[in-house]
Amino acid sequence: MGQGRGAVMAELMFWEAVRRAHDEELSNDPMVLVMGEDVGVVGGTYKATLGLYDKYGEDRVIDTPISENGFTGLGIGASFIGARPIIEIMSVNFAWLAMDQIFNTAAKVRYMSGGQLEAPVVIRSPGGTAHQLGSQHSARMEKVFMGIAGLRVVTPSNPRQAYGLLKSAVRCNDPVFINEHELMYNMKGEVPEEDYFHPLEGSEIVRPGRDVTLFGYNISVHWCLQAAELLSRHHGIEAEVIDLYALSPLDRSGIRDSVTRTHRAVIVEEAEPMVGVGAEVMAIINEECFYELDAAPVRVSALNVPIPYNHSLEKTALPDANDVVEAVRSMFGV
Amino acid sequence: MKLADKKRLLREMLFARRFEERCYEAYVERNIGGFLHLYPGEEACAHGVLEAADFDNDYVITSYRDHVHAIKWGADPRKVMAELYAKETGVSKGRGGSMHIFDVKNRFMGGYALVGGPFPLAAGIAKAIQMKQGKEICICFLGDAANNQGTFHESMNMAKLWNLPVLYVCENNLYGIGTRIDRSTAVVDQYKRVSAYNIPSAQEDGQDVEKVYKAATKAINHVRSGKGPYFIELMTYRYRGHSMSDSNAYRARAEERMWSKRDPIIMLRDRLIEDGHLTKKDYTDMDTEILDEIENEVIVFASESPEPHVSDVERYVLAENDPWVRGGVQ
Ligand SMILES: Cc1ncc(C[n+]2csc(CCOP(=O)(O)OP(=O)(O)O)c2C)c(N)n1
Ligand SMILES: [Mg+2]
Repeated sequence: MGQGRGAVMAELMFWEAVRRAHDEELSNDPMVLVMGEDVGVVGGTYKATLGLYDKYGEDRVIDTPISENGFTGLGIGASFIGARPIIEIMSVNFAWLAMDQIFNTAAKVRYMSGGQLEAPVVIRSPGGTAHQLGSQHSARMEKVFMGIAGLRVVTPSNPRQAYGLLKSAVRCNDPVFINEHELMYNMKGEVPEEDYFHPLEGSEIVRPGRDVTLFGYNISVHWCLQAAELLSRHHGIEAEVIDLYALSPLDRSGIRDSVTRTHRAVIVEEAEPMVGVGAEVMAIINEECFYELDAAPVRVSALNVPIPYNHSLEKTALPDANDVVEAVRSMFGV
Repeated sequence: MKLADKKRLLREMLFARRFEERCYEAYVERNIGGFLHLYPGEEACAHGVLEAADFDNDYVITSYRDHVHAIKWGADPRKVMAELYAKETGVSKGRGGSMHIFDVKNRFMGGYALVGGPFPLAAGIAKAIQMKQGKEICICFLGDAANNQGTFHESMNMAKLWNLPVLYVCENNLYGIGTRIDRSTAVVDQYKRVSAYNIPSAQEDGQDVEKVYKAATKAINHVRSGKGPYFIELMTYRYRGHSMSDSNAYRARAEERMWSKRDPIIMLRDRLIEDGHLTKKDYTDMDTEILDEIENEVIVFASESPEPHVSDVERYVLAENDPWVRGGVQ
């Protein structure tokens, strides 16, 4: 139950970290179950449940029919009376079909029952845009989930978080949506060798700096880190990078504290700008520390288009580290 | 069915009828807000099925037309009325309203407003029962029009695939709001539709509580014995509009008259009178007693109860003080 600092670490790939969290939680509690399309015999589209079907059996590692709203609702119903389902939605694009059960049931049942019922389900799904998958396989939906009261939303940027967030999410009594990324499953990173439960709220300073704060989450944390390196090396600008692994609730005090230190903010999101993480973080900055600002906050986002198939168009539609560098340069006029 | 049980059921159904009629008045008096869906005409469905269930162990879940199911499953009528009055003493603490009656200590798992929403929830409750190797079952009541939702087909498929202990009860009142079933649904006999999933089913007269009880007993025995899901279609009729905002103009008066001759309460009453087990006076005394109880206990409790504190508006959104939010650190 440590914080993962100073612990003995193992190097794991992101998918291995997610798989290990599944394995440990399945073995810890007989009421934990995993369900989703191809999670059983196949072991998961991204290997997140590899080998667990053989280990825990078909009643707990369940290959579901392609019925997103149906099996998500089934998992939610099971969670009402003690089951702890981990529901994998094969790609976040397909989560639209399960929105009814996620929003109308999981997020609201505690409230509308006056606290009598709760839906402790975990719903995890790869979001983000991979390469040339086309418009219907490239959605970034974190903004949709984080806009709904009653649901927790977390999004790991590395294997340690992927492991620890899933473990805490399984044990937490709220419904938790975990937004992963198709391009990150093979990323390597250090994960504590013993049980590690990552907090579901808060943020992490992944690189300290004094001149400007770069806010990222999930894949955009990595763009921010690359940009911070380039800014330091070429422009002498020391950027602080904050990892917003919790998107709902957002870490208001963490955001305020960093902006109070650096007086400047750039928010980097993989999604379209409309009604997104950038807009929300800017609103928080306005509400919490407007008078600390030395410059208007800026967001670096995708273009407001469905994601194209063509490689060059796709690259143009999405932000990257260079866009972050450019945004900071123009903020400083260098 | 024993005579004493028949008499009790008559009283329960009459209570349900008077309760719902009093809700109507309370709505007109503006003591009840929002959407209000009433059950008169359909009483034999909930009462017949739930009479056959295991009150101490089984789970019940349904739609927005949920007051009577909740009361039959043990909810205190005073607290159901207090919920409709939006009071802190309501079953759902005034946060739910008419469509969201919950009484979880009795395993009444709620009323839900999205048509078809409870189909997979019921299958999920049954899945958890199966994991715990329990003998209890989950009973899900929904309307006829709900069967045109994707969740119906998705849930029937999964319930049969995994042999889940769930009984689906279709209260076929022939309408989804103002659309008559033959205008919305290619196969009018609902019990036939589950044969596509190899789920055994039956169609029964939903106005005769004894017949409903008999059909439900058979269905429940099937589910409880581990043979998987079962589906019952009960043919019934609602007397009032779909909800309070419905003028009911789309139904022929002749059709309404025809169904009112098959009133579930009158049918049971007359049978008991004919068999010499009840007098007309017994019945009117019972009715007076019920009306008094509703007025003097149920309505008084609801009107005199306090509203929720406005400062509590943010309670029940998320779990309170859940240690795992902080990574397990207290
Ligand atoms: C998903 C969804 N679509 C539409 C509605 C609006 N609506 C509420 S009840 C209803 C008719 C349902 O009829 P039925 O299932 O037969 O139940 P009944 O009201 O007759 O008991 C409709 C269309 C809704 N609540 N949810
Ligand atoms: Mg109907």
